[in-house]
Amino acid sequence: MARILPLADAVSELVQDGDQVACEGFTHLIPFAAGHEIIRQERKNLTLVRMTPDLIYDQMIGMGVANKLLFSWGGNPGVGSLHRLRDAIERQWPTNLAVEELSHAGMVQAYMAGAAGLPFGTMRGFTGTDLPKVNARIKSITCPFTGENLAAIPAIRPDVAVIHAQKADRTGNVLIWGIIGVQKEAALASKRVIVTVEEIVDRLEPPPNACVLPSWVVSAVCLAPGGAYPSYAQGYYDRDNRFYQLWDKISRSREQFLHWMKVNVLAASGPVNFREKFSNMERVA
Amino acid sequence: MHYSADEIMTVSAARMLRNGAVCFVGIGLPSKAANLARLTHAPELVLIYESGPIGAKPSVLPLSIGDGELCTTADTTVSTAEIFTFWLQGGKIDVGFLGAAQIDRFANINTTVIGDYDRPTVRLPGAGGAPEIAGSAGEVFIVLRQTQKTFVERLDFVTSVGHGEGGDYRKRIGLLGGGPAAVITDLGILRPHPTSKELTLTNIHPGVAIDQVRAMTGWSLSFSSSLEITPAPTTEELAVLRDLEQRTATAHGAAPV
Repeated sequence: MARILPLADAVSELVQDGDQVACEGFTHLIPFAAGHEIIRQERKNLTLVRMTPDLIYDQMIGMGVANKLLFSWGGNPGVGSLHRLRDAIERQWPTNLAVEELSHAGMVQAYMAGAAGLPFGTMRGFTGTDLPKVNARIKSITCPFTGENLAAIPAIRPDVAVIHAQKADRTGNVLIWGIIGVQKEAALASKRVIVTVEEIVDRLEPPPNACVLPSWVVSAVCLAPGGAYPSYAQGYYDRDNRFYQLWDKISRSREQFLHWMKVNVLAASGPVNFREKFSNMERVA
Repeated sequence: MHYSADEIMTVSAARMLRNGAVCFVGIGLPSKAANLARLTHAPELVLIYESGPIGAKPSVLPLSIGDGELCTTADTTVSTAEIFTFWLQGGKIDVGFLGAAQIDRFANINTTVIGDYDRPTVRLPGAGGAPEIAGSAGEVFIVLRQTQKTFVERLDFVTSVGHGEGGDYRKRIGLLGGGPAAVITDLGILRPHPTSKELTLTNIHPGVAIDQVRAMTGWSLSFSSSLEITPAPTTEELAVLRDLEQRTATAHGAAPV
């Protein structure tokens, strides 16, 4: 059964140095508050897993919590580069970041294999591309029925999945809706699961076929309203596209980045409702 | 009506999409062109975004591949795993619409690195869903600005396969999708030669000189013997495009300095 815990306690207990951590959320429901807590608790040598590293991984990588990244697309969507990610790869700052990359379909297959308890996922893909030349874990197998050559990708089984959802009930059942990305696959592939939520309610009342993570596959549920900001939570608040554009400026220089993190993340004693704090953008500068 | 090089590129790309086609859309220029098509000649164009929305009908251009409006206007929203496994790999997509950082003469694409992989000059975002879109979609359209830096003799990294080494390469390596059918740029339109599959300039935009296209191509470019001048954007196409861009700017705003 999931325990309802303060976010700081959940991270302290469930995320350890050296862990493989998958903070998922495909543009929607990105777990910013949880990522900030991992930064505040100064975790080290994490292997970060995520299909689309965006601002939260830029911040985590820039603050030195990770020494490896497994991903398929790393950018600031619609804006441009992730400057901290690029600085780590191009100039090894703040530390040397090992990179292992797949395509989106490859990541999807790896998560599904992890959730399915299979050693690898298979798909049509990578043929003719240079990706297998730089990622030795992309292999191929022959279909025993048709003889077709297919790609094989080893399962991803993170130590911890960290996701954000709209709501949970008091026993820790979690309801997610909208663009649900690979959160379910990542959660079911992981040994431990932390879910931050916009609200905890008495009755979840999910419609039939809704995406629900039952309490017994979740380790901890943490109340973190605004915890996906500047990403969004469908039904609660919109994506703050202006913040994504502003991040391009904040993150360009190491000094400005460190200053922003110090003032806005490190100085806080616990989760900050960034949505409340930054929805008026004039207060950011 | 006066128009910019980017506008004729977007309009030309939009015209490629037939009404009713099922289109897997990349973010940026492809999304802009696909939505322009939907708002002009192809109202029944089905837009699928890799984040999960099927049949999205956004009123403004999404900044990200997963903006909320894609989901709320879609016929249905499925998981990302389902999108790639059932819908794309399952052969349900007519048209894949991609951008690129670099392209070569056989329409292979690089979106991974500029320079050496282990010590890149520029680390680009990476593959995303492009390799499988390029592999599995019925046909692929690519839209990008044409410069010496983007149209290169040799890619620094092959992220997504176009026509490989040319000829029947795709068939030989077992790719089921048809591969790139057209590359739409700010200077013209290139299509693969029927047998060699080398990109050939088939359309040149009004006012663009052949020497200019040649100068912006990193290889010795072939020209179609029946090279045509692209019809200029119509007043309606431009009005709809500008209106869409204005609505988008108002919705996303400019970042305060």
